[in-house]
Amino acid sequence: MVGALLLTFTAVTVALSYVDFGTRKANIGIAMLVATLKAGAVAAVFMHLAAEKRLIYRILIFTGFFVLGLFWLIFLAWYDYPVVR
Amino acid sequence: MEIPYTISTRPDTGLWNAKVGIWLFLASEVMLFGGLFSAYIFLRLDAPPGIWPHGLLNVPVGTMNTAILILSSVTVVLAWASLKMRRYRAYWWYMLATISCGVIFLVVKLAYEWPQKFDHFGAYIKPEALGKYEQYLGNEYAAAKGLPPRLEITGHLHNRAALNDPKIKEYEVALDPLNAEPTNPAMDRPHFFPLPVTDKIATIEKEDVERATMFLPTHSAYFASYFTITGLHGMHVLGGVLVFIYMWLPVSKKLYQRNPEHLANRVEVSGLFWHFVDLIWIFVFPLFYLL
Repeated sequence: MVGALLLTFTAVTVALSYVDFGTRKANIGIAMLVATLKAGAVAAVFMHLAAEKRLIYRILIFTGFFVLGLFWLIFLAWYDYPVVR
Repeated sequence: MEIPYTISTRPDTGLWNAKVGIWLFLASEVMLFGGLFSAYIFLRLDAPPGIWPHGLLNVPVGTMNTAILILSSVTVVLAWASLKMRRYRAYWWYMLATISCGVIFLVVKLAYEWPQKFDHFGAYIKPEALGKYEQYLGNEYAAAKGLPPRLEITGHLHNRAALNDPKIKEYEVALDPLNAEPTNPAMDRPHFFPLPVTDKIATIEKEDVERATMFLPTHSAYFASYFTITGLHGMHVLGGVLVFIYMWLPVSKKLYQRNPEHLANRVEVSGLFWHFVDLIWIFVFPLFYLL
């Protein structure tokens, strides 16, 4: 059952955060990958997106597009002010 | 007036109206949380080494809350499925379980996790005074091991009056284990079960401190984004719980007797919202608690 799978993945996320994958970037990447898998399972099964009408997918494609745009704007602004790194 | 397409599907969309409505709402929610998450990423990427705190939150409690939310997502699906099979009794129990999970989540967050933070103290030491507090910070040890620099001394503030009284010149802090034994290799990484505050007391002079607060949103960009995002998420949990309570009360039994499919659709739509709230938490948990 999906619920059990999600609980297992939660345990995996916690366990992985105590494993050092070399850099913090690698750790964050792996944790986000697991989180995305979990979110995907929730969306596909619990929110039954695996089989939905076309209109819903269209709404979501727009959402995805705009949310990526939002992240992109932030990314652009990142180089916009002087910081000592 | 009769509200159209609550059960039957609209010919042009192929969906009943509430379903389109909730997905449009969730789309706007994605933008709301997306903005906050990108602010978080931005703040975090730009934080100089040592500034972004790690291991300040209670991981077992966070894990438990994650499990509670996932469990409630399962029970809400079961509640909906029970309605579809016209088993009201089972629906009632699954709904009660969902509501309880939501309430437990909120109680843990608001009555345990947050107050514990409000009660914890941290002082960022001025760069020129770091050497003076080397015995609590262990920066030479940290540098030798390739760990990020330590700029903050945390623990339990004994003289709380010092926060507001300019006449008191120093903070008396019962140290957290890391600051009590900064060169102990066991303190290099945060522990799964948080260690209690030690009875070792440090005196930190105010003039050596860049800024000192309790763990409030004013403490750092980390806690500011933590309280904003978990607070907003908590309000969503509260909203979901209120809607579920309405659907669980006898009022909704009347709707069930009149038109069970209508109630099932309401539960489905609020379930979609609930899963979304769960989904947000799936990202909040690793970002704030673990990494």
